[in-house]
Formats: sequence, structure tokens, C-alpha cells
Amino acid sequence: MTAYLLRRLLYALPILIGVNLITFVLFFVVNSPDDMARMQLGAKRVTPEAVTAWKAERGYDQPLLFNGQAEGLGRLTETIFFDKSLRLFVFDFGASDAGRDISHDIGQRMWPSLAVAVPVLLVGLLVNISLALFLVLFRGGSLDLTGVVVLVALLSISSLFYIIGGQYLLGKLLRLAPISGYDLGLEAWKFLVLPVIIGVMGGIGSGARLYRTLFLEEAQKDYVRTARAKGLGERLVLFRHILGNALIPILTGVVVVLPLLFMGSLLTEAFFGIPGLGSYTLDAINNQDFAIVRAMVFLGSVLYILGLMLTDISYTLADPRVRLS
Amino acid sequence: MPVLLLTDLFVLLLLGLMLAYGLYAARHEHLRAPWRRVVASRVGMMSLVVLGSYAAIGLLDTVHFHPRLEAKAGVGAGGASSEVLSLLDLWLAPLRERQEKTYSAPFASHLHAMETLAQPDGTSRRDYPRLVHGGAHLAAPELDRGRDILMTSVSGLAQGLALWALVIMVAAALLARRRGRGRNSAPGLVLAWGLALRDLARGRTQWPWRTGLLTLGVILVLGAVTAELAVKYHVLGTDKVGEDVLYQALKSIRTGLVIGTLTTLVMLPAAILLGIMAGYYRGLTDDVIQYLYTTLNSIPGVLLIAAAVLMLQVHMSNHEAEFTSLAQRADLRLFFLCLILGVTSWTGLCRLLRGEALKLREVDYVQAAQALGVGSPSILARHILPNVLHLVIIALALDFSGLVLAEAVLSYINIGVDPTMNSWGNMINGARLELAREPIVWWSLASAFLFMFVLVLFANLLADVVRDAFDPRLRGA
Repeated sequence: MTAYLLRRLLYALPILIGVNLITFVLFFVVNSPDDMARMQLGAKRVTPEAVTAWKAERGYDQPLLFNGQAEGLGRLTETIFFDKSLRLFVFDFGASDAGRDISHDIGQRMWPSLAVAVPVLLVGLLVNISLALFLVLFRGGSLDLTGVVVLVALLSISSLFYIIGGQYLLGKLLRLAPISGYDLGLEAWKFLVLPVIIGVMGGIGSGARLYRTLFLEEAQKDYVRTARAKGLGERLVLFRHILGNALIPILTGVVVVLPLLFMGSLLTEAFFGIPGLGSYTLDAINNQDFAIVRAMVFLGSVLYILGLMLTDISYTLADPRVRLS
Repeated sequence: MPVLLLTDLFVLLLLGLMLAYGLYAARHEHLRAPWRRVVASRVGMMSLVVLGSYAAIGLLDTVHFHPRLEAKAGVGAGGASSEVLSLLDLWLAPLRERQEKTYSAPFASHLHAMETLAQPDGTSRRDYPRLVHGGAHLAAPELDRGRDILMTSVSGLAQGLALWALVIMVAAALLARRRGRGRNSAPGLVLAWGLALRDLARGRTQWPWRTGLLTLGVILVLGAVTAELAVKYHVLGTDKVGEDVLYQALKSIRTGLVIGTLTTLVMLPAAILLGIMAGYYRGLTDDVIQYLYTTLNSIPGVLLIAAAVLMLQVHMSNHEAEFTSLAQRADLRLFFLCLILGVTSWTGLCRLLRGEALKLREVDYVQAAQALGVGSPSILARHILPNVLHLVIIALALDFSGLVLAEAVLSYINIGVDPTMNSWGNMINGARLELAREPIVWWSLASAFLFMFVLVLFANLLADVVRDAFDPRLRGA
């Protein structure tokens, strides 16, 4: 197991290097730091001095890849590539363009993100699986057909509609929950109810439909026919045989997204005023804070790769047919 | 003077490709059969009709030109204006030109906000002012607005039904002709026509024409009623600067369709080529290609798009002189958005094609071709590519609706299309704060969501039908 994990880690390294290079090219080569400075300063205040000062303040005043003026190793280390890109590998995100410490912000803001994302995932999983099981129990009938049509309609609705409509209906008209805001500690639950309900609603269409397909695929397999031939009742077959085996792809599908839960959801957090990483990213995009966006791109990739590794491991744990190789 | 924007060019290219594929598929039974299954299903027929009407509006909106300026007396002949309009703009000129001052509700005759009005006797009072265009023909809107709306709707309904009846008659005539009955005499012709009409009504035709005609009927009637009403009222209200919301929603159709189709199109060559090459050649090629798409795939899509669009904004703000017009700038940004969305979404298809090519290279006919000394490029082109095309079609259909929805979200968080471009995301973005107003302004939001919902719903339905028709695994069932 250790050797396998090590190999997977080694395999992840070139991918991270690739991501790092892409972000470097995107943020520093496509547009020079001068361009960024001019954009940030705005058309009226662009003077050569202001641009130089802006760059110096944020450490963008070094050469990109090779510093001919420095001595020895400094030729390579006193560059933007080393300072801004390579440091990401040790999760040293540096300061944002507005001067705040990004690592500190991330450490604080990931908890509210998790507080929304984890309940959405768990409740959503429960709701979607139950719905899918319900439809599969009545498969081929008119109930199943209606259900599928409703699911397709649900997944055709924009996620913006769920948020805006849900906020308006539950928050403003029925006054069941506060529309937006956040609180420290356990008091936060009041503010979480609405985003969680809406998050679950928004995921029902695609989730339940996917799980229904998975269940149906499983139901066509030979062992299910054998179970029926043995004389097992429909419900026993469904819950004991189909559910158990279909849970493997469902759970491994969930494992991929587990690390990404830290990143939160851009839309939900922005709408409900939750101070998580999603709204952090969105604010950075709107303020054109390149340092934060760069850090989040890298962090997101790391978490995604972590998710892929966890998936492989969970396969080997959950599915006895898959061996480490 | 006609104008060809960048996305227009690609839409034309797409049309050309579709035409070429259609001609090619029509002559090959194995390609024609799945499409027959699509058209033969009632859901497929219904979706095709609805999507066809969206596409028609989108295409009208794709023919751009500079309008000729009115020649003014004494100034000389009018040149072409720098403004870019489309055929749709021309058609919807009554909607486009009838601007109000600010918000007004659907069918309203008065503005949504109170203003201080000067009275004839010199005093002033606070009241809702009359609209300049909406319901302006009514003397006393409070009394006869309802009746007028009803009468106009009835007139629109009659026109729509008449048009529909005409379509049905033509369809029946075509059907009768196709069956080749009653060619020799006039009474025979009428009889054959009557029989065709009866079969259409009972749904006893080879293709589900009845479903198609019913769907078309609903669209025609709705369209005719709306068209009649839209001349007199703002059917879906007006937005903050008084622009007609119906006009905006219709203009947004092109944006949605372009995002949904061009995105997949621009990355299609790369996805197909890399995918089948990785699967067929294996070894180092496979490793490099896999590395490429895993790396791109591991960057969360929204963040990559955000980063790329930020960089585009920087580039555009530093090179403003390069763009001759607002329309051109907005169009370039739309195209760029398609590109970057394509970069984030081609990896799935590429992986799928790689897997399929891995399987196909072991198949007998490929082995035979190898043994006969056929070169790898020809094997890829003649044997592998045609056998993965069904996956490409399924991917195109499945991706479409997701992309349309993504456009709205991206435009909403300001990393989507240009703010000056009509799109559903921009409509939602512009209207989001107005829900807090009292009484609320709901019509912009509702219209954008409704137009988007109908498009995405039927795209989803069609995608399901297409997948079932093309997937060889499901064919036996």
C-alpha cells in the first residue's frame, strides 16, 4: 500500500508542475506585470512611476525567468517564476495584490465553506439515492416516467434560478430563514439552512437521474436475475443486492469531490454572504486580484489530484475485484 | 453593407459542416439509421421542432450588416452607419426602437416608478407617468386595457391558427404526393389529400408528424399572439433603461446557441485527433496526450475560465485601439469565451475517444488492415474515425445544455460574455438587485429563466433521444 501511494504521489508531481507552468504562462507571459499594473491603476493614473511602484510593492519587479543582475543562485531565485510560482509548491501563497496574507485567509475561510458544502453533499446523497431507489422500484411504470420527466425538467433549470427563487420564496415571502449572513460558532446553523436546502434542490435533477441509471444498469446484471430466480422478493433484491453493488460507483464518485469541498461554491456563498473560499475567489475575480486567483487555481488543482488519488484508493478498498497494481 | 463577425464566420462553418455531414450521412445507411430513430421518436420530433425555431431566430440574428444611413436633404447621399445590426434587429425594429424611460411591468401602460408630473394648471403631483409606447393608443387604459389585450390576443390567435392550418394543408398535400396516390384525376387528388389529412390527425404516419405539427402549432399560435400584442404593449415589460425585455430575450438566443455549439466545435478537431491517436498508437504518444488532458482537467474549470477572462480583460484594456466597434469587441470576447470553455470541456470527450480507440485497434478489421500494410494515418481516418463518430455526436448533444447554463452563471459572475452583449446571464445579472424593490421587478429574471429553461429542457430531451439512438449498447433493447 505504501509503495502504491508513493507511486501515485510521484505520478501527481508532473501534473502539478504542468498546472504551475500553465498558471505562470497565463498570469505573467500572456500579459506582462506592466499590463496588470496599468489595468489595476486605471487609465487616469498610469504614469511610469506609478507602474513601477505598483510592481515593486507586490514583488512583480523582477525578471520572469532569469535574473542577470543577481549573483550565483540568486540568478534563478530572484525571479518572478521562483518567487511567485515555485513557492506555491510549499503552499506559500504570499500576499494578495491588496496586501493580505493569502494563506491566513484560506485557513480562516475554509471552515464556513465546509459548513455549507458537507451538509449539502450528505443530505443531497441521501435524497438523491432515496429518490432514485423509489423510481427504480416502480421502473417502467407511469410513476417512473413522470419522475424522469420531472428530473429532466429540474436539471434544465439554471442554478441561479434555484438560488434566487429559493431566497425569495423561503427567505423573503415565508420568512423561514434569514436570507444571508453568517455567524461564528454554532449560531451559524440558522444561516446554513437556506443554502443547504437550495444546494440540495439544485442537485436533485442530475444526481437522482444519474443514480437511477446506475441502479438500472446494475439491475440488468446476471446476479440480479439469479437472485430473482431464487425467489427473492423485488424489494429484497433491490435493497440487498442492487443497492449494495451500485453504491460502489456512487461512493467513489463522491470521493473525487471530497477534497474540493474546501473550495466551496462561488454562487451559493456569494448569494448568502457566507465568508468562505468560494466568495473569497469571487471577490478576487471581481477585484481582479491576480495573486489570489493564481493561488486558488493551484490549490484547486492540488485538491482535485488528491481527489483522484483518494478515488483510486477507495476503489481498492470498496471493490474486492480491484487490486493494487 | 454586410458585416461578418468572427462568430458569424464560425456559425457559417458549423452550418457547412452540418450540411456536409447530412449529405454524407444520407448516403450511408449505418449513419442514417440512428437519425431515423431520433426523428421517429415523438420526443425527438418535438425537441427538433422547438430547437429548430430557436435556431431560426439565432440564424436571423447571425446575418449582420451596417444599416444604410438615411440620406438627409442637402447633406448628400447617406453612407453606412458604424452600428452593426442583424436581420433579427430589422424584424424586431418596433421592439428595439420603442424605448421607455425605465422599468415598466408587462402589459403596463404606466411606468413602474412614481415621478413628479407637472399639471396643466402649474402645480405638480406624484404619480405613475404614462408610457411613451406601451398601451399609448388607449384613451383610458384603466378601463379598456383588459378588453384591448383580449381582442388583440384573439386576433393574434386567429392569425396563428390560420397559419398553422396552412402548414397542415401543405403537409398533407406533400404526404399525399409522397404516397403517390390519386395522381391521375382531380377527384382522386382531393381524396388522397383527405386521406393524408385523416392519417395525420390519427397519427398514422411513418414519422410522428402529428406531434411535430402540434408542437409547431403551439409555437405558431404563441408567436402570433405575442407578435400582435408586442406591437401595442411591452409584453414582457421593460428593463432599467427602458429597453423591451422580449427583445433582449430574443437577442440572447443567439448568444446561448453560439456558446452551446461553437464551444464544442472549436475543440472538436483537437479532441478527436488526440483521443484516437492516444488510443491507437499507445506508448509515448498516449503518455504525452494523457498527461496533457489530465493536467488541463485538474484545474477547476471556473477558475481557469476566470483566470483566462481576467487576462483577456487586461489585454483588451491595454489594446483598446485594436477594436473598431463595440460589437466587434463583444463578439471577440464571445468567441474567446467559447475557446476557453472548449479548453475546459474537451478533455472528457478526448478520454472517451481514447478508450474507444484502444478497443477498436484490437478489432479484426483493423488488424486485417494492419496486416495488409495499410498506413496508420489511413487506418485512423478510414477505420477508427468513422467508428467513434457516434460518440462525438452524443457528446455534442449532451454538452450543449450544460454550456447554455454555464454561460448564464459565468456572465452572472462577470467572467462571461461582454456586459454590452445580450445574453440571459447578463439579463439576470442586471435584474438581480431589483428583487429587493417594492413592488418587485420580476419580469427580466422570469423572461431570461423561461427562455433558457425551454431551450435547455428540449436540448436535454433531444440529447437523451440522440444518446439512445446512437449508442450501440442500447440498440438491441
